[in-house]
Amino acid sequence: MNWQHRTPRARLALWGFWFATVALFVWCWGLMTERTMWVFVQDAPRAAADIGSRAWPPRWSYMEQLWQPLWDTLNIATLGTLLGVVMAVPLAFLAASNTTPSRLVLRPAALLLIVASRSINSLIWALLLVSILGPGLLAGIIAIAFRSVGFVGKLLYEAIEETDVRQIEAVTATGAGPAQVLHYAIVPQVLPTFLGISVFRWDINIRESAILGLVGAGGLGMQLQASLNVLAWPQVLMICIVILGTVIASEWVSGKVRRALI
Amino acid sequence: MLSVENLTKTYRTGDKALSDVSFTVPAGQVVGLIGPSGAGKSTLIRCVNRLVEPSSGSVRLNDVDVTRLGARDLRRARRRIGMIFQEYALVERLTVMENVLSGRLGYVPFWRSFTRRFPPQDIQRAFALLDRVGLSAHADKRADALSGGQRQRVGIARALEQEPELLLIDEPTASLDPRTSRQIMRLITEICRESGLPAIINIHDVVLAQQFTDRIIGLQSGRVVFDGAPSALTDDVLTRIYGAEDWKAMHKAAA
Repeated sequence: MNWQHRTPRARLALWGFWFATVALFVWCWGLMTERTMWVFVQDAPRAAADIGSRAWPPRWSYMEQLWQPLWDTLNIATLGTLLGVVMAVPLAFLAASNTTPSRLVLRPAALLLIVASRSINSLIWALLLVSILGPGLLAGIIAIAFRSVGFVGKLLYEAIEETDVRQIEAVTATGAGPAQVLHYAIVPQVLPTFLGISVFRWDINIRESAILGLVGAGGLGMQLQASLNVLAWPQVLMICIVILGTVIASEWVSGKVRRALI
Repeated sequence: MLSVENLTKTYRTGDKALSDVSFTVPAGQVVGLIGPSGAGKSTLIRCVNRLVEPSSGSVRLNDVDVTRLGARDLRRARRRIGMIFQEYALVERLTVMENVLSGRLGYVPFWRSFTRRFPPQDIQRAFALLDRVGLSAHADKRADALSGGQRQRVGIARALEQEPELLLIDEPTASLDPRTSRQIMRLITEICRESGLPAIINIHDVVLAQQFTDRIIGLQSGRVVFDGAPSALTDDVLTRIYGAEDWKAMHKAAA
């Protein structure tokens, strides 16, 4: 007997798909490079080497002025995460289909808030908030919080929806009230996930808060902006080294914490 | 005493899970509910405490019609109905003690359960029950650290912590080995006889059902097709419940 994985028609369709994909790629490449000035691209290695040589060596003494903004950055990330988590928890319970008190009104409203928060980047939130609240740490903290609400809210409500229904059924069968069912059957099931999500978001927020200063929301980014403006490349390099160090440290901490939780 | 009258359950999909089921269970009687998969055994016991909402008919527990209760009264009725589950359904990340004490949730206000400050007599009762099921050394272990048989014992203690007037037991031995299954069935039936507690046990294993229960109800496609003593469960009856099979071989294997 003759066996084939795909019918002749499916093979033809697959071949057509790949042909179309390659053709699309070639066409897009042409469109993208239409306006590229190749002299600049050919010059790129030299230009990069030039900036590199101006930035090297990093200005280590600049560190004195970086401790305060670094501390601000950590505070923006930590306080922003806390505030975001506080807002995300009730939203997640309203959004999860198995815990929401109202499927027709509150659930869609909570989902909309979560999506709205997620669809706007922290930098855009910061830009908006700086023009509302004025420059400074507060705008940064709230920007981080607003972006974190959607992230934590979405992952948490998915975790709530994936809880084991048998455990919930068993606690319900004892005659427990709705708040007791939530506290005894659902919270223990989602708690490790919740803590893991929060620490993960804190880790992301350290990275994001380091650049929020570019739009005036305080922290290391403000120093980066100032140094870029005066073309002080050794300072820029120093700031990049500090950001790298902080991110590595936060990643290490969040990895440790999450491993301890699971 | 439990009396079920003309209980019918039709799911929204149109599937008729139970049609016109009636029976009464006097105090202290242990009833085995047998029938093929999908016969409605699980639906039937879940209709008794309304984890599944019956379509029509009534369920009376000591002259309270459970099917007509509002949310608050339903919770009051549920706290007197202990339930034991197929895969234990313990809250895995809570300790054994917390799982047993969760049997008191219907009796204590939220702040007590939230702060885990249960009344002393509840805690005494929980220790006594853990002792009865042989787990007093494990009170502070997390439920997911126990073996299958131990978890089912915690499930039994949780149900008894409710001070129930009725036990509903859904496939208590389905995920246990044969020896542990017999130990669990013996424990359940002993406890029921000690305290005159009526029980309905869904069970797949006909031999176990005959060995441990006082009475057997056979369900087939949502209808009661047999109701009588375990000794009256002849090969003809088994064929009526499950369909044709060589039952002699089963009896021989069991003997």
